[in-house]
Amino acid sequence: MTVSFAPAPAAAPPLRMLAAQTRMELRLLLRNGEQVGLTLVIPLLLEFFFNLPLLYSLDVPRRIDFVVPSVLALAVMSASFTGLAIGTGFERKYAVLKRLGATALSRRVLLLGKTCAVLILQVLQAALICLFGLVLGWHPSGGTVSAAVLIVLGTFAFGGLGLLLAGTVRAEVTLAAANLAWLVLLFAGGIAIPLSRYPDAAADLLRWLPSAALSDGLHQVLEHGAGLPVRPALTLLVWAAVALPAAARWFRWE
Amino acid sequence: MSAAVEITDLVKRYAGRPAVDGISLTVPRGHLLALLGTNGAGKTTTIEICEGFRRPDGGQVRVLGLDPLRDGTVLRPKVGVMLQGGVGGYTGARALELLQLFGSYAAHPLDAAGLLAEVGLAEVAGTPVKRLSGGQQQRLSLAMALISRPELLFLDEPTTGMDPQARRGTWDLIRRLRRDGVSIVLSTHYLDEAEQLADSVVMLHAGRIVAEGSPAELIQAGSAGQVRFSGPAGLPVAELRAALPAGVQVSEPATGCYLVAGEVTPALLAGITSWCAARNVLAEGLSVERRSLEDVFLDLTRTGR
Repeated sequence: MTVSFAPAPAAAPPLRMLAAQTRMELRLLLRNGEQVGLTLVIPLLLEFFFNLPLLYSLDVPRRIDFVVPSVLALAVMSASFTGLAIGTGFERKYAVLKRLGATALSRRVLLLGKTCAVLILQVLQAALICLFGLVLGWHPSGGTVSAAVLIVLGTFAFGGLGLLLAGTVRAEVTLAAANLAWLVLLFAGGIAIPLSRYPDAAADLLRWLPSAALSDGLHQVLEHGAGLPVRPALTLLVWAAVALPAAARWFRWE
Repeated sequence: MSAAVEITDLVKRYAGRPAVDGISLTVPRGHLLALLGTNGAGKTTTIEICEGFRRPDGGQVRVLGLDPLRDGTVLRPKVGVMLQGGVGGYTGARALELLQLFGSYAAHPLDAAGLLAEVGLAEVAGTPVKRLSGGQQQRLSLAMALISRPELLFLDEPTTGMDPQARRGTWDLIRRLRRDGVSIVLSTHYLDEAEQLADSVVMLHAGRIVAEGSPAELIQAGSAGQVRFSGPAGLPVAELRAALPAGVQVSEPATGCYLVAGEVTPALLAGITSWCAARNVLAEGLSVERRSLEDVFLDLTRTGR
């Protein structure tokens, strides 16, 4: 039987494209063994070391109860901001995405697919962090659903920012900027050091950072047993609602 | 219905230097146009402007009646693209997987496994793209351009890096595409490829069109051929030329080898032989040579027009 090439062009429905794109991005993420290992293991190591009181004093009653939400926030930031930005930046550099730019796939669906793939990886990552936390004596206080909502919002906010960076500057600049931003946000963005340690004026400003919103929200839920904390959730929602469309708008394929 | 591609006075500069310098051409629906030229002639720039990757500095481009930049969302699903130099897309993916991904972007895609077999890659369906040979990558790239069943194809140097057998197979496939009603623009620097496949050929040199027409027209254009013979060294070529019809050139490119270039007519042959007979010269190995597209191309690009 021979194939007929009689033209019948039309784009697939966006949701079908999104499902296919997410599946492919996830497969490629998982196929990159060393990278997956690092993504999954580094937060566990950080969880272990941050839990050691010899590093610095946190002034919290139970150190591990502070550490787990912080590491969860850190893991989201690492995978969906730093990891996604660098990976995507180099895909652009090596003209991987240029070819996709000549298909019916829209920027929006591509970027959503990438973010959804990272989100699925993060479910696995969060489960491992929580399990390891329990081993270290963690007593979670709040609802899983609220924490999950925060993680999803955080993934879209950080994913949007990472893709905006990756889609607009050179890969080498993305590499440097994503790592630098990660480090700064880790210490000055309310993850490793509670914002309460900062002067009030600084804390009031820093609290609007996505890292602080995610970390603060997770602490409120998991450490202090709050329901879905409104301000952090809204802050992340706004970051996501601005960054993702901006990334789709300004993303350049090559 | 609008033409498949319509380009008017296209100009594109890189850092002030024109890469494309005032090109106009039309590709009717269902036709195959070959853009022929050396590296740097402006082929890829022209194609990438049609694909919406680059913004022209001047002139107009209409692809299927649409503006590639402004109407990209409507246009892209209708067009298949093969970029120059390798597959593009995720090189960590397996061949079939990547083809299926591209199929999932289309509403009525061809069957991925069947198409992979069509381009001769069934045995490497599970091989990561980056481990395919250059020629295999080219064939996968062609399949990726076809799977959405486009009505117009842009193939940028489709057979570069293929072995002769794969090249023939690809030519057959391209002929079938044309038969099935797909409009095609392909760039190449292989003259035989243009001669074999194209309805019309546009020769580019330094960003300008230096010749255009069907392969047959191009070969006939200008001087139609040449006559070659050998004889004693140092015959008076100027005398011979004077004895022949106007517009003919005579030269002795190597000692004792003579070349008469011009429109080859019975009168020309008679003129040569009678001139030789009058001097008792035996014109050995007298042969009439047809000019190939290659001769035309080399002439046009050598003069640096």
